[in-house]
Amino acid sequence: MKFTIQVNEGPYQHEAADTAYHFARAALDKGHEIFRIFFYHDGVNNGTRLTTPPQDDRNIVDRWSKLGQEHDIDMVLCVAAAQRRGIVDDGEAQRNGKDATNIAPGFRISGLGQLIEGGIESDRVIVFGD
Amino acid sequence: MPETKKLMYINRKAPYGTIYAWESLEVVLIGAAFEQDVSVAFMDDGVYQLTKGQDTTGIGMKNFSPTYSALGDYEVNKIYVDKESLEERGLTLDDLQHLVWEDEDEDYAEKDSIRLVSRAELSEVLADQDVLFNF
Amino acid sequence: MLHLVNKSPHDGCNLDTATSIMKDGDSLLLIEDGVYGAIKAGKAASLLEGRSVSVLGPDLAARGISEDKLVDGITIVDYAGFVDMVTASDNVQSWL
Repeated sequence: MKFTIQVNEGPYQHEAADTAYHFARAALDKGHEIFRIFFYHDGVNNGTRLTTPPQDDRNIVDRWSKLGQEHDIDMVLCVAAAQRRGIVDDGEAQRNGKDATNIAPGFRISGLGQLIEGGIESDRVIVFGD
Repeated sequence: MPETKKLMYINRKAPYGTIYAWESLEVVLIGAAFEQDVSVAFMDDGVYQLTKGQDTTGIGMKNFSPTYSALGDYEVNKIYVDKESLEERGLTLDDLQHLVWEDEDEDYAEKDSIRLVSRAELSEVLADQDVLFNF
Repeated sequence: MLHLVNKSPHDGCNLDTATSIMKDGDSLLLIEDGVYGAIKAGKAASLLEGRSVSVLGPDLAARGISEDKLVDGITIVDYAGFVDMVTASDNVQSWL
């Protein structure tokens, strides 16, 4: 089956980002396809490359980057939510006059339409949040 | 694109204490462009999103409640409100904004968008959906 | 439909609302802090009666909840089982 996964919360603050990740891994191990992982609300904070979590704990952002790159998964940060929370790529930096970018590898910033499209194109949508 | 899907946006949280109410409304508005079979449900504290008389000047936040009245223009006209949730909170339909849409098949007659439903009726509506978005 | 509840039954009304909406044939999966709802001695146990309920094993273990503390008839699944529950249902409702 084809899944779209929606992640509503940021790394560490809620278990949502962890559960979503473990679900995604299990789905892929079973041979399912992940059409898109869409990060909304504070979920966009999963896409900053500037975290430095403690060495003895999981690195949530890196884990997402690796998953996305290993399996060529479309990992999208909602542009409106990202703008509010300061997650920036080159395009956003240019458009909004920011002097830095912080997007992590494997993520891209795009519109809410990507979530709706995920819902239309996928067999199942699963939402992880608070 | 496959045939039309039934998309439902479910709102269960009060406005302003968290951003979910506003950011979920943004999804509904953007989603309207995809011409799917769209419904919106308000239950539990989500019914507070639709109350009249919201004045956010004191808290310095944008008052987004007028946006709900635009839903009709975006052809989002199936708005389910859970009766039990209203009653538990001492609210009636009169406390909520009067949301309408214009039916172009009936000479643009103005019709109510809000459908007051029992928990059991809402259960049937949810079961019928292809995609359930939660915030 | 597969219903997901991720909060403790003592923290808000998610489990109450989920169980009030569930129809015959629906499944409930308790995940994250929602696994506390599966405890036999807890107030939520009665909400689960007569329903098809599963609980995510890794979340139980993380919280030190042993199987003998759970309501009777509950199924413990891992993440692979979670995926199977999603594919076996027509849609998924996350009670956030």
